[in-house]
Amino acid sequence: MPAFGTDKRHHTLTVLVENKAGVLARVAGLFSRRGYNIYSLAVAPSDDVRFSRITIVVDVESAPLEQVVKQLDKLVPVVSITELDPASARERELLLATIEAGESERGQVIQLVNVFEGKIVDVGTDRLTVMVAGAPTKLDDFEDLVRGYGIVELQRTGRVALPKLVRSAARTPASLSDRPRAFGGSDHDHDPDSTETEKAG
Amino acid sequence: MRLTGAQALIKSLEMQGVEVMFGLPGGAILPVYDPIIDSSIRHVLVRHEQGAGHMAEGYAHVTGRPGVAMVTSGPGATNIVTPLADAYMDSIPLVVVTGQVATSLIGTDGFQESDITGITMGITKHNWLVTDAADIPRVVAEAFHVATTGRPGPVLVDLPKDVANAEMEWYSPGPDDLDLPGYRPVLEGDPAAVKKAAELVLAAERPVIYAGGGVLKARGADALRELAERTGVPVVTTLMARGAFPDSHPLCLGMPGMHGNYTAVTAMQRADLLLALGSRFDDRVTGRVDAFAPDATVVHVDIDPAELNKIRRADVAIAGDCRIVTEALLAALEALGLPHSASTRAPGGGSPADAPAGAEALAGTPAAALPRSRLAPWRAQLSEWQERHPLVYDRSPEGSANGLKPQFVLETLRDATPDDTIVVSGVGQHQMFASQWWRFDHPYTWVNSGGLGTMGFAVPASIGAKVGRPDRMVWAVDGDGCFQMTAQELVTASAERIPVKVAILNNAYLGMVRQWQEMFYEERYSEVYLSPDLPDYVRWAEAMGCVGLRVESPDEVGPAIDKANDVDDRPVVIDFRTDAFEKVFPMVPAGASNDDIVVDPAQQEGGR
Ligand SMILES: Cc1ncc(C[n+]2csc(CCOP(=O)(O)OP(=O)(O)O)c2C)c(N)n1
Ligand SMILES: [Mg+2]
Repeated sequence: MPAFGTDKRHHTLTVLVENKAGVLARVAGLFSRRGYNIYSLAVAPSDDVRFSRITIVVDVESAPLEQVVKQLDKLVPVVSITELDPASARERELLLATIEAGESERGQVIQLVNVFEGKIVDVGTDRLTVMVAGAPTKLDDFEDLVRGYGIVELQRTGRVALPKLVRSAARTPASLSDRPRAFGGSDHDHDPDSTETEKAG
Repeated sequence: MRLTGAQALIKSLEMQGVEVMFGLPGGAILPVYDPIIDSSIRHVLVRHEQGAGHMAEGYAHVTGRPGVAMVTSGPGATNIVTPLADAYMDSIPLVVVTGQVATSLIGTDGFQESDITGITMGITKHNWLVTDAADIPRVVAEAFHVATTGRPGPVLVDLPKDVANAEMEWYSPGPDDLDLPGYRPVLEGDPAAVKKAAELVLAAERPVIYAGGGVLKARGADALRELAERTGVPVVTTLMARGAFPDSHPLCLGMPGMHGNYTAVTAMQRADLLLALGSRFDDRVTGRVDAFAPDATVVHVDIDPAELNKIRRADVAIAGDCRIVTEALLAALEALGLPHSASTRAPGGGSPADAPAGAEALAGTPAAALPRSRLAPWRAQLSEWQERHPLVYDRSPEGSANGLKPQFVLETLRDATPDDTIVVSGVGQHQMFASQWWRFDHPYTWVNSGGLGTMGFAVPASIGAKVGRPDRMVWAVDGDGCFQMTAQELVTASAERIPVKVAILNNAYLGMVRQWQEMFYEERYSEVYLSPDLPDYVRWAEAMGCVGLRVESPDEVGPAIDKANDVDDRPVVIDFRTDAFEKVFPMVPAGASNDDIVVDPAQQEGGR
């Protein structure tokens, strides 16, 4: 059962905030105070030192997305919000896991990591630490598949996302608008990483 | 010019035009209290920091200018949390400055340290912890800008003691110095949406304007009146909007909601168009939301986009300032053929200083002279409801056998005071009686705690109101329970010669709670009895430097009020001994549909 990769109830908000003390507390406080559920949250500096980017995956069943976006927008240090529904986003996440891999299983684990285009980042006597990056659904699949070997520890970063690009020349490219985008994305494009997930699954 | 952070703070407040601030000093804010001695700003020394916050709110309510309060760190700061929450709910512009322990002590549980920016994050529009004295002029400018623009609200500036003591080079910040890249209030409504709204207004057969506090915040009372008069659309004024449209105007239906009058509540239930102006579909107005105004198309205008579609989905949602959008709506209506007005448009935005005169004259306007005769059947229906279900109380002599009727006290007070008297209320039955029985014909004459419902609001808020409008008579209408929460501020009022008047409707109970226990808990009264004479309100008032009066029978009411009105050198408190068992009607029980409004027993036909 994938944790949340393909679930349509989740939307990704990319929130550009002022790089000032306490901003994350304001954002997190807003979510808890108003009863909005967060599935994952990632914070990183942006290309402009004055700002940071917070990528939040929200449960749109806990509150209407319109409310979440508007309440967020009311926070004074929130500069802009880009809203992406799963169908119109390229979402990526990083997974690090230490997996039981004794002599007899080691080869199979390595093979699996290779299928998922992952990397071995550390090798112990009977354990491996591996890294896989990709679409959240792909990481869900990987998690499912390695569970049988024994997961010692596993961490995921929470996802980051950018809008899908439009390919038809007649259309203007999807831009990182300052305002929340309307729902719905182009349906004729194609996520190379998802295809691989299907292959692996 | 080299200044300390403390001097820079006071200078910054002066440059914002601050004339008065309310506060109480302590260790962490000590440096800032020193330059106050040499400042043009009047400082009102309160007896409890909650009082400072509510005074600042009362001041802001009646002047439209931001209220300013200053307190020390730790307990001083936490004591002002309630007024911040109150101002946040009612969108009152406040700037609160708190002292903080030195930056080196922050996070170490230093003496009188509390994380006040963390505590108030959810109840301020924004707050700042200043860590560099050089930031003070800019942060103060930002604080006033955020508090007063867009949807107004309270802000807090936390100033550590070492930052107040540090030296900085003074500069006066210009608009370009404000560092608020994420703050962009919207003012103008979307023209296409405004046009759509105008079409709906012209097509409606049972329209109602649902005016909220945003009309007053936007200084939009004149625009609202013009809209109502030229379209003939009747107006309900919520608890936060009392006075935004004159009660004596023939198109005024009064207050809707849980204790609203029958016609205002029912008009919204039956409306085919609700034009919500600066109102937010509060649960006290809507009753059960899914049964609220079931037939109505909704046009919702609010300066806060997050209010649109929050509770009730709007058919036309317009983010913008109420006055600007109302004026745009009038222009759009004219473009669609609404006849031009005969009267000249009142200039300005209805500032409290020039409250419209002539509400009396309007009361005589024949309904037939109003435009839009197509609305005649709707108006006839509304009049029929008004006749069938007026506000009533038992006026018979037997009625006051168990104490004065609070409604009688309010009617007498209303008729014995100037038309533009400012009324400030606490929270409870007395608040609802005051809102119901007063006649608000001017904007900014009603001050109350609507969203948070803060007992203890009235006394300090009335003091702040009187400081803001010394030319007006200011009456607090308070409950005995509420009075006991903040009465000590009458010491402040006496010391500062702020002659407010307080009418305590002393029913010896936490009356509103008692009413619910009577109606919904089988008369099982749990912890609501207060006693009529403990404390002795007259002697308490006198001990605080006020004139104290007691009134027990109906014939004493008028003379006591006249006596109070003649006092102008100190506060006056009247202890009105009222009927302990009087209830507020009409009432929509909590969680019920507005269709199930319970009217006064005298009007009930068979059962309800
Ligand atoms: C600070 C605070 N505590 C509790 C309440 C709950 N409450 C609402 S009305 C009320 C009774 C108020 O009593 P009183 O001031 O005597 O007014 P009355 O209803 O009797 O007119 C109470 C306890 C509140 N609104 N505020
Ligand atoms: Mg009482």
